Amino acid sequence: MNVKYRIATLLLALPLAAAACKKKPVDVAPAQEPVTAPVTVAPPAEDNSAALAAARADSIRRATEAARAVMLQTVYFDYNSDELRPDARATLDEKLRVLNVNPGVRIRIEGHTDERGTDQYNIALGRRRADQAKRYLTDRGIDATRIETMSFGRERPAASGSNEEAWAQNRRGEFVLIAGGEELRAP
Amino acid sequence: MFQSVIRTSRFRHAASRHHAAFGRTFSRAFGSRSVYAPMLCALALLTVARSTATAQDRPVGVTIDGGYAPGTRLGVMVLPINGAAGDSLKLIMERDLDFSDRFQHVPSIAPPAPNQPINYALVSSAGAAVLVQSELLPSGWLRVIVHDVGAKKLLQQNDFPLPTTANTDNWRMGVHRISDEIERWVTGQKGIAATRITFSRDERVWVVDSDGANPRPVTPRGLGPTWHPSGRYIVYYAFDEDRIRLYVTDVITGAQRSLTNEKGANDVTPSVSPDGRSVVFSRSVEATAGSTDLFVMPFDGGRPTRVSVSRGSINLAPSWSPDSRRVTFSSDRSGRNEIYIADADGTNVSLLTADAYGERNVRADPVWSPDGRFIAMSSEVGGTQQILIYGLSDRSLRQVTSDGRNQAPAWAPDGRHLVFSSTRGGSEQLWVTDIETGRMRQVTRGSRARFGDWSPRLVSTP
Repeated sequence: MNVKYRIATLLLALPLAAAACKKKPVDVAPAQEPVTAPVTVAPPAEDNSAALAAARADSIRRATEAARAVMLQTVYFDYNSDELRPDARATLDEKLRVLNVNPGVRIRIEGHTDERGTDQYNIALGRRRADQAKRYLTDRGIDATRIETMSFGRERPAASGSNEEAWAQNRRGEFVLIAGGEELRAP
Repeated sequence: MFQSVIRTSRFRHAASRHHAAFGRTFSRAFGSRSVYAPMLCALALLTVARSTATAQDRPVGVTIDGGYAPGTRLGVMVLPINGAAGDSLKLIMERDLDFSDRFQHVPSIAPPAPNQPINYALVSSAGAAVLVQSELLPSGWLRVIVHDVGAKKLLQQNDFPLPTTANTDNWRMGVHRISDEIERWVTGQKGIAATRITFSRDERVWVVDSDGANPRPVTPRGLGPTWHPSGRYIVYYAFDEDRIRLYVTDVITGAQRSLTNEKGANDVTPSVSPDGRSVVFSRSVEATAGSTDLFVMPFDGGRPTRVSVSRGSINLAPSWSPDSRRVTFSSDRSGRNEIYIADADGTNVSLLTADAYGERNVRADPVWSPDGRFIAMSSEVGGTQQILIYGLSDRSLRQVTSDGRNQAPAWAPDGRHLVFSSTRGGSEQLWVTDIETGRMRQVTRGSRARFGDWSPRLVSTP
């Protein structure tokens, strides 16, 4: 086995994987087929090892993408409330597992509200939501310095419209990776 | 002083004649011949004197938009003005006097021939008690002569400078200043035409002349703008990546400077003290565990001092008393949003809206009137925010809007007009109401406008 060759292939594959990470998972899924297809067919050792390396890089990339998706998942709140619902807690538990194996990762939680109530009150409410989500994570061992909080009140709605469907989508906490997001490890 | 008292009483007399005329119309319309005009005249005068009281008697929830008693406003006629800019001049002055809500516009009759006296009888029969006669002088100045039609004599005369190029922003503001002076000659109260309103649109700070002309953005970003009493600076807040900061823009130079810069802090709802020295605002930081507190800092910069300590509650939208010694603000410390008053250092907190404790209303955005007598606010009425006025002397609460969702009121320097945002016309826009007559007018058009704040009278044009 040509170790040097393998390493070189890995090194070549890494930037590709990194580049793929920047895209949405939906966009990259079809592109991988031609790469994985030769694995079962091609007999030469060199080609096989290259394909294995690519497959490994691919699985790393997939794991990174999955961890990334978990970290970016939005949590939702009830009307005029900053209490964490069961679904929000479940989402935060998943984030906890990723945060625990990626100590270099830092995040910002951005609180948002629906359009009801005054503009100013909603900034304060959005802040409470972000702080509640942060507290859930720090209470479970995450260092507080790894999490920033911010509120946008009702100024940046995710959905337009003045109905419960839109409001429910707008009462939320969004998560932004501000450090360590490029080399996420899967839990 | 003595002269002005005489002048005022004379015009009261003119107003009473209007009431008499109204009384005759009234009796004709209702066929009540037994009612004497003088009695109605006295009644009408009483109505004028007690206009505030009757307004407060209005039941909550009734639309009062556009309803005002005839006769309480003096008829004013602006004669045609010579020169190329004459038509614009006349139009702006007529509109200014109309928007003051102290005058009733009377269409102009033909001006007298040069060097001919005013035909007071003719002007009077057209319904005008005040006649404004203007002439553009060769120097470019405007000579304004105001006539007391009832007394058949000249009331006041002055020459005013105007920028040489007509219809520019500065020229328009110059004309507004003349209108405000005319209003002072006649009523003793200076007008508010030479003012601007700042507001936010598309997350930028905008400024518009108070008559709705010349809307323009003045900052690249920003929300919740509020004037410095000099009329030169506007304080506002803007979202940065991980914090909300207060900024100041210089309206003349366009320069922006940050006032606060605290990591992780959300600083919102600034208000500059009437003496121009201090800024009070609301700050939430994570360390204070879900609470939003009031902070005060020097306008020139420096360290903010926390003045409210209320664990877990949200204290918002502070507004100064005219003497810069107290603030009114909203707080949910009782479990829902109510309006409070405190000293500027945070002591002596008292609940203002305790009288209406039984109504479970969400009150917000209190603003102290320039004369100190009222606090305007928004409050939920039947599930929608409406503008209310609280009288500090008699603890009365009076609703001034009922159409659409109405929020974030701010006082004009005359203490009688309010600007607020309203959805009554469809999209959210700025509207102005006169709290004496209930008259409404739309100020902004186009994309969504909110967070209006009225400038002081602008003595020189920025």
